[in-house]
Amino acid sequence: MVVSAASPTGIPAGSPGPRTDQLNHLWQPRLEALLSGGRAAGADLVEVFLERTDHIGVLAEQDTITSVSPAFGMGAGIRVFRGDRDGFVSTNDLSDAGLQRALEQALGMLGLQRSEGALSGFDGLANLRDFAATKTDWLARCPELQEATAKLLEGTALLERHGAHLQARRGSYARDWQEVLVAASDGTFARDVRLHQSVGLNVLAADGDHRAGVGRRYGTSGRPDDLRHWNAEASAQEVCESAGSMLYADYVEAGQLPVVLANRFGGVIFHEACGHLLETTQVERGTTPFAEKVGEPIAHEAVTAIDEGLTDGAFGSLCMDDEGMEAQRTVLIENGILRRFISDRAGELRTGHARTGSGRRQSHTFAAASRMRNTFIAAGPHTPEELIASVDKGLYCKSMGGGSVGPTGQFNFAVEEGYLIENGQLTKPVKGATLIGEAKEVMPRISMCANDLELAAGFCGSVSGSIFVTVGQPHIKVDSITVGGR
Amino acid sequence: MTATIANGAPASAGLQAEQLRSKLEQLATNAGIRQWDLGAACSTDTSVQVDRGEAKQMKGAQRSSITVRVWNDAGLVGITSTSDLSDDGLERALSGARDASAFGNAEDTPAFSPLATAPVAALDQPIHAPQGILTLLDTLKDAERQLLNRHAAIGTVPYNGLAERSSERLYLNSDGACRQQRLSTASLYLYARAEEAGRKPRSSGAVRLAYGASDLDIAGCINEAAERTISHLNYAPIETGRYTCVFSPEAFLDLIGAFSSLFNGRAVLDGVSLSNRDAIGERLAVPFLDLHDNGLHPGNIGASTFDGEGTPTRRLTLLEGGTLRNFLHSEATARAFGVAPTGHAGLGAKVSVGPDWFEIGPTPGSGGGQQGLDRYKADEPIVWIDSLSALHAGVKASQGSFSLPFDGWLVKNGEVRSVEAATVAGDIRTLLKAIVGFEGEAKITPDGLCPLVWVEGLSITGEA
Repeated sequence: MVVSAASPTGIPAGSPGPRTDQLNHLWQPRLEALLSGGRAAGADLVEVFLERTDHIGVLAEQDTITSVSPAFGMGAGIRVFRGDRDGFVSTNDLSDAGLQRALEQALGMLGLQRSEGALSGFDGLANLRDFAATKTDWLARCPELQEATAKLLEGTALLERHGAHLQARRGSYARDWQEVLVAASDGTFARDVRLHQSVGLNVLAADGDHRAGVGRRYGTSGRPDDLRHWNAEASAQEVCESAGSMLYADYVEAGQLPVVLANRFGGVIFHEACGHLLETTQVERGTTPFAEKVGEPIAHEAVTAIDEGLTDGAFGSLCMDDEGMEAQRTVLIENGILRRFISDRAGELRTGHARTGSGRRQSHTFAAASRMRNTFIAAGPHTPEELIASVDKGLYCKSMGGGSVGPTGQFNFAVEEGYLIENGQLTKPVKGATLIGEAKEVMPRISMCANDLELAAGFCGSVSGSIFVTVGQPHIKVDSITVGGR
Repeated sequence: MTATIANGAPASAGLQAEQLRSKLEQLATNAGIRQWDLGAACSTDTSVQVDRGEAKQMKGAQRSSITVRVWNDAGLVGITSTSDLSDDGLERALSGARDASAFGNAEDTPAFSPLATAPVAALDQPIHAPQGILTLLDTLKDAERQLLNRHAAIGTVPYNGLAERSSERLYLNSDGACRQQRLSTASLYLYARAEEAGRKPRSSGAVRLAYGASDLDIAGCINEAAERTISHLNYAPIETGRYTCVFSPEAFLDLIGAFSSLFNGRAVLDGVSLSNRDAIGERLAVPFLDLHDNGLHPGNIGASTFDGEGTPTRRLTLLEGGTLRNFLHSEATARAFGVAPTGHAGLGAKVSVGPDWFEIGPTPGSGGGQQGLDRYKADEPIVWIDSLSALHAGVKASQGSFSLPFDGWLVKNGEVRSVEAATVAGDIRTLLKAIVGFEGEAKITPDGLCPLVWVEGLSITGEA
């Protein structure tokens, strides 16, 4: 048991503080002093999240590098729980004084203040769980700027080769490295390094009054060589083919239609329509219709949905979440039956749903919240052709844009590349479609799943900021949905 | 050691401009860098959220950041940003910017703004001392309670927040420019969720901004959130078709903001705007529409007096009588067009350009389109669009098209009924020339000043 002493937080006055260019076991004494001080003040649990980041963003336009934007930073987020309430303070100041001040502020939010000599009931941190031990060379193994810029210019040159009527060509690359150290007064002490790289190609095709903007982004985690292995040729062909199809496309006719959504980023439908509503943050807010539905059918029996952090290299994979818990595979819906919610520490505390290793945040400036990782609908028994053949008149959504879900469960997402289905066949391309609906109405209408599950990288913005995620699905058929258009 | 922020004090104690300049000059000299500039910001934020009478989350944040640009011997620009304001951090940022300058774009190199030392406007922006988080918590609990009591169907206020911020920003360059601005701001948002037996849940809300929490119009925010939410309880599906639509000031400002690349000099040069270099003088809208960007308007809470390059903020006419008069510019885009920077720049190796705060209304002396518009007395069914959703996904700015979910009402024979799920779709160029007129006085919103705007012939998709 650790007793606060010496100073209100237990940190000796005048201590120089640990090195901020390393997050490792050397922080343990100071973190224990902070946690002990917080517990002695009456907090049920204190958590410290330390972070260092290193980012590079590169933009190529036409055949020129037009922006190189490096950024680096560090910071801490301190969260204090008492009962089911919590206070959270973030700071860029990792000096002892800065961390003490942040702790005091977080305690003060709950009406607590440190008390010299008080017993903390804190047993100290466990041995460091170091998920980063094999990742120390990741940053050094990533492409240098010279290599990264050359690869991007290869991409924009390939767009020119494969495209027609291109008014603008863009390639972008982002490399995000993050080192985190998590310590909590329940003994949690864990370290990880995360590496995310993504590369995107975008074109604007224009011919008279016809215009089409098309983009694709590809991303992985934990693979320093990712950009080197990126197939720029295939990506450029995919983007240019899509732009060519959409340039002269008519606007879609609005109405209630059956739709077939392609695999990969088509998974945004589940992400928006249902995934967010299975986060315990939504249970806490009272904004999910599924709060009391565990064990009950909420989707068509064809639907099994999973959220996990384990797929090697996937954008949403992680060894541990931002609360120091190992990632796991969570079956959310099994054959239409709701099985689990996605839960974090606060979610478990406030809703009773056990943690799933899903406490995630954009950075130290956000408190962790229950968030999705790699979320997908499992493969089914059909071929994609069987799904399309089952539709007399409908819409095939080959490529999806972004989407969102509101506080009443109403979701929407944009179709980037669509085709009419007529008499079981794909016919002409159409653009300008937006799909809208409500989760509890649409999930039972996902009646067919194909056998071609694939994942796609994405970014998800919500209560704890913008995070790296994967969406995914096989081709699926929705029997009826509102297609907004002209 | 932190040399540049008052170490150990809250960020609101301020950026030490002269210390920062002195340190950077020393580091730049040591590195052989002759030309540099920087933008810095620091802030202290406090916010609370509540849930049915209890504190849900209380947050505090001290943030600081700096962006350094350097010009290398070849005149190329590099940049680096960091939140590490220690001496080591500054040195690393300077070094990183110099390394990045090797990849600078020789065809489009930014320079210092010629207006970086010109006088800036004096704005009336009172600095308020923070009330403290426990006072904010009590205030928000009371606001939530009042909102919940407004109607039996309002069961929760799932999205709510009361926040106050003290902030400071700084621009310095190696030619001696020095801009500094301190601000205090506060914000309140209340989004209620209402549900009646056997009916779908409905939601709406309101936002207020002020220079301090004590100045927030809390009662107005509660009233607006309650009225909007209650008004959506009586809902019905709408038939798909073409309708005359009346945009609320907030909705129209959102739409114009999403298509602001029409007026953006950077987007024009990049070939991703619907406008081209020769578009100044072209008619983009009905001849009775004026559109100005005016970050200095008193209604723009938290207005910046200078942009990322130190150029003073000013009022700029974009559309006059429906005709395009100016583009928004940074130093580099202004130079490319042979005009002066307009005060709309960020800070970067490739400098971004963006609008501040729009003023939209009738052109003086034009008559303002059709007169006497009153949505309650219209001969035909009118769709009154209260708010637009998912602009990030449903707006194709470079194509001009939009297809967006909205909350709103169908007004038919004077009867107002909320629209269930629906989308509105169209083309911005067509829309700007299909404006019928304006209704009511212009309203100040967080994004600008605008009256109700009538537009004919928009496509509505409903579920009827």
